[in-house]
Amino acid sequence: MTRPRYSLLRLAREAFTGNKGWEPAWRDAEPRASYDVVVVGGGGHGLATAYYLTRAHGVRSVAVLEKGYIGGGNSGRNTQVSRSNYFYPVSSSFYDRSLRLYESLARELNFNVMLSQRGLIALAHSEHELELTRRWVNGIRMNGVDAEELSVAEIARRVPILNLRSRYPVLGGFTQARAGISRHDAVIWAFARGASAGGADIVQGCEVTGLRQQGGRIVGVETSRGSIAADRVVLSAAGHSSVLAGMAGLRLPLTTMALQAMVTEPVKPILDTVVLSGAIHAYVSQGDRGEVVIGGGADVYNSYSQRGSLALFRNTVAATLELFPCFSRLKIMRQWAGAVDVTPDTSPIMGLTPVRGLYLSCGWGTGGYKAIPAGGETMAWTVVNDRPHPLIAAFSLDRFEQGALIDEGAAAGVAH
Amino acid sequence: MLRIPCPHCGVRDEPEFVFGGPAHVVRPDPLDATVSDATWTQYLFARDNPRGLHHERWCHAFGCGRWFNVARDTVTHEIRAVYPMGQARPGEH
Repeated sequence: MTRPRYSLLRLAREAFTGNKGWEPAWRDAEPRASYDVVVVGGGGHGLATAYYLTRAHGVRSVAVLEKGYIGGGNSGRNTQVSRSNYFYPVSSSFYDRSLRLYESLARELNFNVMLSQRGLIALAHSEHELELTRRWVNGIRMNGVDAEELSVAEIARRVPILNLRSRYPVLGGFTQARAGISRHDAVIWAFARGASAGGADIVQGCEVTGLRQQGGRIVGVETSRGSIAADRVVLSAAGHSSVLAGMAGLRLPLTTMALQAMVTEPVKPILDTVVLSGAIHAYVSQGDRGEVVIGGGADVYNSYSQRGSLALFRNTVAATLELFPCFSRLKIMRQWAGAVDVTPDTSPIMGLTPVRGLYLSCGWGTGGYKAIPAGGETMAWTVVNDRPHPLIAAFSLDRFEQGALIDEGAAAGVAH
Repeated sequence: MLRIPCPHCGVRDEPEFVFGGPAHVVRPDPLDATVSDATWTQYLFARDNPRGLHHERWCHAFGCGRWFNVARDTVTHEIRAVYPMGQARPGEH
């Protein structure tokens, strides 16, 4: 399937001819009886995996099965932040690859994903956090990723609306200049368009209800729209990974929780960077439409509800207003939560499983959005070669038995 | 916001409680050298993580300070049963 390119010329031509020539960006397919590869979950990771399977490896027979609509889960519930300021080298090389792919994504996919590398400022509120910040910055720089310590004066210059002497005093911080935000719907549709153009079937309203095995091998999936044969199946279903893996007899180190976020009414530009406070667990940025986007923490108990609790919502808002008192008159327009799958070491689980032909891309927890391009790229390679891509070998499921945890949560003092 | 019926103090709001994770997790015998790494891994890291009924521990930290078990639906958050620590899941003997 060829796709007409999006361009300024095309935009102008359509504008003068009543916009009647636009075609659907991707094909909403009916499921076929068999595929070479079935990807379960039509979020960013699933669609990116399908895109790289068709684009980089020439696999033509690929289906992405989505029980709702594409991008309707965590891909549409995140706060759109991309960054690669990780402490451990294995995380750093993976997430920096992802950020580099984001940097060229719009050109690669011929779709404006509205990446804005406005930088991210992480705040330190105590002497201890300041020491941890220095260690963190050193670690990031040793990994070859950009990071720069900021003095209080420099933070005040960059974010003049920040209240430095609140209940959470600002003692310093650091920035990653290449971090930023992009448009999550655009990223989803860009990968869907690319995958569809490469021949992948994107099947919506198709819930996987069973995984068929024969002699320790995967042979297909049962769905709400009939059986589909496939000898390679990728599970990329975020918060529902435990339920799906359970169909193959696997019990994963995952806990599903409700990660909260909210946006205010739109206002004129006032904040031109992303501000992160690990201590109060809030990410604050202003989107292109003027809404102030606040990413909060996760409710502490198991939840598939996709609704956030008032208790944590209130704490997040109260703490954010301490830092940004001028937001106190803004109305919150929407508050929501995503069902995130959190691992004991806050790093993802990617790669092979004890069931031949079954692959996992899960455990993304609170930080899957930034990993979408590299996650898709490395999972596609892993599926085609039936061994883990070198960038993700350390994120294998068996690291828990080996004791080779990658505890980014402890290293950075913030959830990922 | 969860409203949790503490068996000692009555129904109270979520912020008064501390979540203690899944209940009924049985530790393998640490002196038994035949317990495999796979079994320890399951005990230490793997979780049932059900979509639906979940048996979990809560502590009424800002009340009586006592621990108890709760059977709660992870989709609707409906609390189906509250029962003492050490007791089997409701419906089991």
